[in-house]
Amino acid sequence: MTQAMHQVLVIEDDAAIRNVIRLLLQAEQYRVIEASTAARAGIEARSHKPDLLLVDLGLPDGDGVKVIRQVRQWSQVPIIVLSARVLEGQKIAALDAGADDYVTKPFSAPELLARVRAALRRGVRGGEQPPLLHLGEATIDLARREARSARGELHLTPLEYRVLEALARQAGMIVTAKQLIREAWGPDRQHDDTRTLRVCLKNLRQKLEPDPARPRHIVTEPGLGYRLHVGDTP
Amino acid sequence: MSEANRPDPDQLLATVKAEEARAKRGKLRIFFGSSAGVGKTYSMLEAARNVRASGGEIVVGYVEPHGRVETERLLEGLEQLPTLAVSYRGTARRELDLDAGLRRRPAILVVDELAHSNLIDGDPPPRHAKRWQDIEELLEQGINVWTTVNVQHLESLNDLVAQITGVRQRETIPDRIFDEADEVELIDLPPDDLIARLKAGKVYVPEQVATAIDRFFRKPNLLALRELALRRVADRVDAAARASAVADRTSRAWMARDRVLVAIGPDEQGEQLVRAGKRIADALDAHWSVVYVETPQLLRLSTADRNRRIDLLRLAESLGAETVTLDGPSAAQALLEYARTRKATRLVVGAAKRTGWRAWLRPSTTTEIVRQARGFDVITIGVAEGVRNDEARPEIAGTTAQPPLVHWERYAWALATTAVCTAIAFVMYPFFEPTNIVMVYVLGSTVAGVRFGRGPATVAALVNVLAFDFCFVPPQFTFSVSDFQYLITFGVMLTVTLVIANLMASVRQQTRVAGARERRTAMLYAMSRELAATRGVSNMARVAVRHVTDVFDCKAVVLLPDANGRLQYPPEAPIEGSFPKADLSIAQWVVDHGRRAGLGSDTLPAAPALYVPLSDEHQRLGVLAVLPQNPRRILLPEQRHLLATFAGQLGLALERAQLAEKAEAARISAETESLRNTLLASISHDLRTPLAVIAGASSTLAERGQDLDEASRTSLARSIELKAREISELVSNVLDLTRLESGQIALRREWESLDDLVGSALARVEERLRSYPLEVQIPADLATVHVDADLVVQALANLLDNVAKYTPAGTRVRIAARDEDEWVRVTVDDEGPGLPATDRDRLFDKFQRGRDEGTVVGAGLGLAICRAIVAAHGGTISAGDRPGGGARFQFTLPAQEPGA
Repeated sequence: MTQAMHQVLVIEDDAAIRNVIRLLLQAEQYRVIEASTAARAGIEARSHKPDLLLVDLGLPDGDGVKVIRQVRQWSQVPIIVLSARVLEGQKIAALDAGADDYVTKPFSAPELLARVRAALRRGVRGGEQPPLLHLGEATIDLARREARSARGELHLTPLEYRVLEALARQAGMIVTAKQLIREAWGPDRQHDDTRTLRVCLKNLRQKLEPDPARPRHIVTEPGLGYRLHVGDTP
Repeated sequence: MSEANRPDPDQLLATVKAEEARAKRGKLRIFFGSSAGVGKTYSMLEAARNVRASGGEIVVGYVEPHGRVETERLLEGLEQLPTLAVSYRGTARRELDLDAGLRRRPAILVVDELAHSNLIDGDPPPRHAKRWQDIEELLEQGINVWTTVNVQHLESLNDLVAQITGVRQRETIPDRIFDEADEVELIDLPPDDLIARLKAGKVYVPEQVATAIDRFFRKPNLLALRELALRRVADRVDAAARASAVADRTSRAWMARDRVLVAIGPDEQGEQLVRAGKRIADALDAHWSVVYVETPQLLRLSTADRNRRIDLLRLAESLGAETVTLDGPSAAQALLEYARTRKATRLVVGAAKRTGWRAWLRPSTTTEIVRQARGFDVITIGVAEGVRNDEARPEIAGTTAQPPLVHWERYAWALATTAVCTAIAFVMYPFFEPTNIVMVYVLGSTVAGVRFGRGPATVAALVNVLAFDFCFVPPQFTFSVSDFQYLITFGVMLTVTLVIANLMASVRQQTRVAGARERRTAMLYAMSRELAATRGVSNMARVAVRHVTDVFDCKAVVLLPDANGRLQYPPEAPIEGSFPKADLSIAQWVVDHGRRAGLGSDTLPAAPALYVPLSDEHQRLGVLAVLPQNPRRILLPEQRHLLATFAGQLGLALERAQLAEKAEAARISAETESLRNTLLASISHDLRTPLAVIAGASSTLAERGQDLDEASRTSLARSIELKAREISELVSNVLDLTRLESGQIALRREWESLDDLVGSALARVEERLRSYPLEVQIPADLATVHVDADLVVQALANLLDNVAKYTPAGTRVRIAARDEDEWVRVTVDDEGPGLPATDRDRLFDKFQRGRDEGTVVGAGLGLAICRAIVAAHGGTISAGDRPGGGARFQFTLPAQEPGA
């Protein structure tokens, strides 16, 4: 079982929360390394080379965003941020600094495990092009630019394909609007017109979602970005 | 104790207060002598050595050695403060270092020469103009002071001494200082001994001795001065006896107190009157006031005369008088009226100056007062020898010092009137008697009097008489008169026109005086009215600065204290006319002492600006600093009084504002308090219930987990999870609301499409809303909204959550939106039981629940959060009934950038 080999570094100063997370992850056959300070986290990350980082934003010796930035200097390892409600602003800073996803405290076990699985999946593929994309009844072949649903063939614009591609690359994880724009339009394009992006996503929902008013696959995380849920249900 | 002997409570209170103030004050001991050289300084230093010898703490602040050997020997072994080096017109002088004395704080400080004048133009400039003011400050700080003074320096005796010796003493001290001293020690030396000492060179250095003996130290002089000094000390002892009599209430002789009014005019007798008034008031132990009446004529005085008047009033104030400026058309009437209302018992006036036929025609003020005085005595003070008695002088001075504007064109117009009259008379001449033609001229003179003033009218009257004589009195076209009767016509004609012209002129001038008074009142009223309509202390200060700069032609600033009581400049940008470089240290002194300082006042008179406190001694509201364009003008008594009135008005307004602010703060704190209580009550209930479940379930799992079956364990764990979520939600809500209401949340606005936000909100409440059929009606072309997505999603989620809480499962829910000008209106409807019939707006209040406690989970914060979020975006939210039954919530969101 591949999961048994996955190592998760939990960076959290509260012992009780660390304990809960460790038990939860160990029950799922992950190996868990713990760190309670930002300084310790840097050392553990370098020496153990974990497959995933769970980072609490409020650390006693400096905030988690700093840890993320440091790690990002030498590694593309998936990072999930653990944040409390009062630190809304830092959540964005963490995502901008290179975190892949976040979980708001208090979290439920299934929620955390789902995020961990999604992040590890991306880590394993390492940014490879995903094969066929299944969104409920719709199937999209990103390589061949073909899409169809139960109702028949779907026509997506090249931009819509590129946006979908960018979302699919980090399926199940959050993608900020900034990231989406950069990946869909290319890095040199100084584009900050989020409106165009919204229109594009709206059209994608119209085409792909069974009920566009209550989207299940292309979900907006208000104020943060977007998340693509693949498969039948999120 | 009989009724009549009962002490007057006010007077007792005043005595107690005076004693309290005295207890904190330092004690003043004066070594008092009749002239220089009697040995005051010597006695003082000898006493100081005795104190020192018996272990007392005594420090010499300043002693003028005058090169006297004896004095210098006595100074040896006494601790001396360093003196202050002052450069004065290129020479180096030594002065008392007041601050050093205040810092050293000895039990007793010895400061020679109470009457000394500090070097106003010196560098550094002195804090006070006079040494007695320095000593006052030392006393106020609780330091005991020993000092020396001679009888000729007492203000009230100043002119007497001048009469005796022929030498006018410049350096004077207010009698109050002498009278209020705790101890006065008379240093007496018979004149012969003094002259002997003088000749022995013990007083002055030898070269000065000869002139001094010739000029001042003549035996008759010394005898008179000695008598004056002895009498003054005896008076003091007498006053002390009387003061104790008041306290003891053994005598009723002081029940009815005298009130002395001293009326002064613009002439040179004023000073004499003021001093005489002081002596009379002292002898009677009476309150006394110096009154000056501003009549229309006196408004035309020269600057020099006005300045003398200012000095006179200040002299009176320094002698302890209350000074009053009245205005009215007649000095006598105004004085009599004032004397009656203030219940004066004596009125002191100068001798009548008009004599002979002039006095009979137009009695002088004194004569008029004497004639009409009822209920009080009039004391007339004769003119002192050597003082010129020149009644006409003011007018002469007025014309020479400052020639009034002569309106030549008015004279021309007056002559034109005569010409017109003559023309009309020529037309009438064939048909009318000369007596009627005279009427035309009288009419003409009257018109001139009304229109052109006294001078032109007088000219017109004279020319009219000549014209009438020349043109119409036979023999015609000559100035000779054939009929003797016409002389009477001329006389009456001239008199009538002159009287009319004079009357008119006086009416015009009274109107002008009244106008000036009216303007003053109007200016004050304008400021008061604007202040009344102004909120906030700093705004009031700006209003006041604007008015004061206008009225007084100056730069001004209102300095208000910060939280620590230190004065500071207003933090806002200065407004036009603001006075940018006020001396904050002077201002601080003013606010600390509650007395004015700077230009023209007793303290730091050399400063360019005047600093007026806005308060009495209890309240430290601030300082009004005024930098006049024309420093002379602000010294006029009426200007100073007007400024004080402005400052008073501003002080009242500021006090009102501060009270209002305090009341508001109290109200807010009371409201916060009640809110906190509600919060505690509500949260403690909502927290305790789930916490009890969590504690119970988790301890059961920990203790008896192995005894339970799998299903029970899971169920217990689930209930822990559920309750933990409830608490978490509650805490987040409280936190969110607190941050929203305190404005701590900065909106992260982006352009968002509403369907996106609705989708997110639906995802958030998906679980709870699963069994509710839902309809979303958002037009495809709906404008995007410029909002903080997270917050709006939360608001929507809260509204949907309420539907789940307050309507039965299966209730239809509808979310709709439409454009409304620059807004998007969002509606959330349900077909449930509808809202309670109470006040719909109260639903959005904190801790307000749709139903009674218990049935529904939550602290009643959901709608309060919705309102806070919508309000933060500038929108509105309302609750109402859905047509056809059910509840309807509506809110608006901006569809454009704020300010666009």
